[in-house]
Amino acid sequence: MFNDIVPNPNMTYNRFKSLLLNTKNLTRPFLIHPSVQMENPPLVIAAASVLKELCYKNKEELQAGFITAGWDRKNGPQVYVVSLGGMLISQPVTIGGSGSTYIYGYVDAKYKPNMSREECLQFATNALALAMGRDNVSGGVAHLVVITEKGVEHVVVPGDKLPKFHDE
Amino acid sequence: MAVEYDGGVVIGADSRTTTGAYIANRVTDKLTPIHDRIFCCRSGSAADTQAIADVVTYQLGFHSIELDEPPLVETAANLFRASCYRYREELTAGILVAGWGGVAVGGSGSTYIYGFMDSNYKPGLNKDQCLELTAAALSLAMERDGSSGGVVRLATISEEGVERRVILGNQLPKFSSH
Repeated sequence: MFNDIVPNPNMTYNRFKSLLLNTKNLTRPFLIHPSVQMENPPLVIAAASVLKELCYKNKEELQAGFITAGWDRKNGPQVYVVSLGGMLISQPVTIGGSGSTYIYGYVDAKYKPNMSREECLQFATNALALAMGRDNVSGGVAHLVVITEKGVEHVVVPGDKLPKFHDE
Repeated sequence: MAVEYDGGVVIGADSRTTTGAYIANRVTDKLTPIHDRIFCCRSGSAADTQAIADVVTYQLGFHSIELDEPPLVETAANLFRASCYRYREELTAGILVAGWGGVAVGGSGSTYIYGFMDSNYKPGLNKDQCLELTAAALSLAMERDGSSGGVVRLATISEEGVERRVILGNQLPKFSSH
């Protein structure tokens, strides 16, 4: 199936959950262009703001929400979420998509600040596995992207390697 | 929600009744006795579920006197099913009858805790673990769902009897806020 984690230049990734429009190709020109003109890679909030402008200005036509996560030199690791109407907020952890309703309780209970890389990966994998187990329109493989100052690592967990839980 | 343990059942519910966005009752008791050792949790329209619960309480009481023995939980569940199915076009009711199966969750806030329950429940829990799990799950659901809230009401049903308790808002388990 298609991979909906989209890279932008230099360590910003956008996870989009749009229902109708494929907005993948609309953000690249906005972010490649400034980084050619400016010497520094773009800030994470810049990428998120571009998406926010798209969503907010075209809210009548679009049904699209985004989670933008990345690392930049000014503020380190950050997570931003652009909701359906175009509201942009920063959160330490956020979830979205149809399967997310089933894991709000799990994420609220299990998240703690300042987790290690391994703890975070396990937490994300578990949360995705639980959501995929309950939501009929979610499933297949889990794509995880780890973004740090050093670079980007893409981890793929196929369905049969996902953690299993006691399903009732 | 309801969780079975070795020797009994723990059932729990929140305490919020709403008319639109207004909270008509913030200390509702949604744990309704149907018989001496059978309870039900009501969700959906308060009017519909109270009416159905009254009918089933009468039917079960009558049936129990006829048999001259305590009724089965399964019988109570079937009586609920009969009313809910026959009048399903006119009703909005989701009813949990305690003791049915290993674990069950329902109501508008339940969608948020399926993941939590899948990862935290396992068969063979004891009474205290069940109480802890139920209180934690209800707190998480109440935190996220606008239609759920107030206090947590718990009832432990076993052979010895029914033990009720309340966990007030400030005593609920807290989770990392983000």
